[in-house]
Amino acid sequence: MSLDKNKVVLGMSGGVDSSVAAYLLKEQGYDVIGVTMKIWQDDSKKIADDGGCCSLSAVEDARMVANKLGIPFYVMDFQEVFQEKVIDLFLDEYGKGRTPNPCIACNRFIKFEELLQRSHDLGAYYVATGHYAKKVYDEENDRYLLKKSKADQKDQTYALFNMTQRQLKHTLFPLGDFTSKEKIRAIADELDLVVADKPDSQEICFVDDDYVDFIKENADYQITKGNFVDTEGKILGQHQGIVSYTIGQRRGLGITFGKPAYVVDINAEKNEVVIGDNKDTFSKGLIARDLNFIPFDRLTEEISVQAKIRYNAQAKPAQLIPLDEDRVKVIFGEVRAVTLGQAVVFYDEENDNIIGGGTIEERID
Amino acid sequence: MALCKEWRDFMNEYIYMDNAATTQLNTVVFEEMKKYLLEYCGNPSSIYHLGLQSKQAIDEARLQIGKMLHASNKEIYFTSGGTESNNWAIRGILRNKNMRGKHLITSKIEHKSVLNTFKALEKEGYKATYLDVNKDGTIDLNQLEKSIKEDTVLISIMLANNETGVIQDIKAISKLIKDKEIIFHTDAVQGVGKLDLDVNKLGVDLLSLSAHKFHGPKGIGALYIRKGTDIENILFGGAQERGLRPGTENIASIRGMSKALTLAKKSIDNRNKIIKDLEKYMIDQLKKKFDHIIFNGIAAKRLPGYINIAIKDISNESLLMNLDLEKICVSSGSACTSGSIKQSHVIKAMGLDKSYAVIRFSLNEENTKEEIDYVIEKMKIIINRLS
Repeated sequence: MSLDKNKVVLGMSGGVDSSVAAYLLKEQGYDVIGVTMKIWQDDSKKIADDGGCCSLSAVEDARMVANKLGIPFYVMDFQEVFQEKVIDLFLDEYGKGRTPNPCIACNRFIKFEELLQRSHDLGAYYVATGHYAKKVYDEENDRYLLKKSKADQKDQTYALFNMTQRQLKHTLFPLGDFTSKEKIRAIADELDLVVADKPDSQEICFVDDDYVDFIKENADYQITKGNFVDTEGKILGQHQGIVSYTIGQRRGLGITFGKPAYVVDINAEKNEVVIGDNKDTFSKGLIARDLNFIPFDRLTEEISVQAKIRYNAQAKPAQLIPLDEDRVKVIFGEVRAVTLGQAVVFYDEENDNIIGGGTIEERID
Repeated sequence: MALCKEWRDFMNEYIYMDNAATTQLNTVVFEEMKKYLLEYCGNPSSIYHLGLQSKQAIDEARLQIGKMLHASNKEIYFTSGGTESNNWAIRGILRNKNMRGKHLITSKIEHKSVLNTFKALEKEGYKATYLDVNKDGTIDLNQLEKSIKEDTVLISIMLANNETGVIQDIKAISKLIKDKEIIFHTDAVQGVGKLDLDVNKLGVDLLSLSAHKFHGPKGIGALYIRKGTDIENILFGGAQERGLRPGTENIASIRGMSKALTLAKKSIDNRNKIIKDLEKYMIDQLKKKFDHIIFNGIAAKRLPGYINIAIKDISNESLLMNLDLEKICVSSGSACTSGSIKQSHVIKAMGLDKSYAVIRFSLNEENTKEEIDYVIEKMKIIINRLS
């Protein structure tokens, strides 16, 4: 059965971006099918929640936008696979003293895998999202490339580094050419969409308030108190459980040390949080695994890139040195708060095209 | 003659095979309702002429609906629909302070308005037994008999199932509990208008019905309460419905329901013959065109036009969405709050696991063999894509 190149399934979160994306795709002449992915686990709990992109009221908003634009709309159930591939991974990683990024897992395993498959099930060639990212086709090399959004502040390519050639081929990012969120809001305003004034969504869509509470309620491990230690291993006090801390953290340690103190390491095995000076949060580089590259399949030689070690960080110049099949050394010279479990994402030297990325496995001091 | 020309025009590009979910309003019913909406605007509780006139319009409808069920007008109470009737029947009986026990019996395949009422009652201290069903969707009368205890006070078993159309042997249940002091309620929402029902022959104490299942308006229903049955209010207010169900009456809808039931009953044999023909044609064609297809409840006595099929290893959601994109209206199980599809508790109780896609077709007399052919042709294409 051939897929219809004019048909696109758009993930609609009930927010401004995906709502305007629906309008733009329709204007471009596509047959748009709006879909809200049902990923929340408890129907009754989320009814009153306005914040997240996966609440019942989000479904209502998306449904109203679809109605206004005259496109078909469905709620698709992704509960099971979301639990398995995103939430369980999130819980496991925290249990290991790491700081995961669930949006990356969701894009990789849910949006551009499961949703894409279900889009094909409906005969659609494309899946689309309201991400701020741009896809281009490089004819010369027959590769699909991913470029940063021109709306620099909103660029979401960091969370999309795992996209494969097949996924890119079947994906549309209708917001790719916009230079600011304000322009998107202006369109929503003009169309009088109910969602025009909605605030940007919160960080982790499946967590209500506090991710630590979420872990407490959902993990199959216990969160136990343990020791703050200095870099020499000397006990400094008691922490509330390793999941509450992340590398580089200064505030909210719940204890004073008489001088500025930072989380410099988390040792899950000993249930310890290592405290040090600001200088102890710096390292030379890192080793990343579970790699994906976009302009080429494998990294075979050393290259210079701009690299970003968390969503909100600035990209910094770095040297990529391939280690083996699925591991790479990333040397910055000096970089602050390398956090295991987060993604490192590589851009070209112009900081425009995304080269790829991986999961941070180790610090190099 | 078309039931409703406007609907036919509106539905021009659609194929509607979901009459168990709801039916189109009959034009004759609409004309009746229009008259009562525009002309009978007096409050039936007012003592002046306009009020009396409205009251009498309701009296007439009550008498007529009673007749259609072989009940007295004094045994018919108007409600907002099937869900309220079911809630009231169950809770209203239990509120009687002379209730001798706390054990209730129902089945696993009831409508959510019964099942969730039972679940709420369990939290309030009642004990409930949920009867299994046989593979064909009928409840096991032996299990029912064994489940009856000293303190069993209420049994609620549906007359016909909304997903499979399977008809339960209500008379046999009545017979079984004839000498016991147990109140027997049946949710007959699917059956009324499609079967010639006689509350006396059925032997039930309470029976729920809903107008929109037989080409009447939505938001109106009734509860039959056998004379002498002690039932209490669940809503409190004015003296309407003999003080048992307050709220200003929905005169036009009550008249509409009465008209719709009268029309449905008049044409019952003729209509069922046409529907059964279509049903047989569709089943034959499905068998011919698809190899591995399960017909849920086919071995049991069913309401005419209900065809519930299961196909293994196909995504239920994708199948239904694809059919919708082809403008074919059919359904599967019940939708949850968000509108996504949950596995049907009815089909689960009949022994099928989640790996099956389940679709319910519910035909009416206006469906055609051409429509059936078209639906099957589209299904063939979709299932090929999904397999």
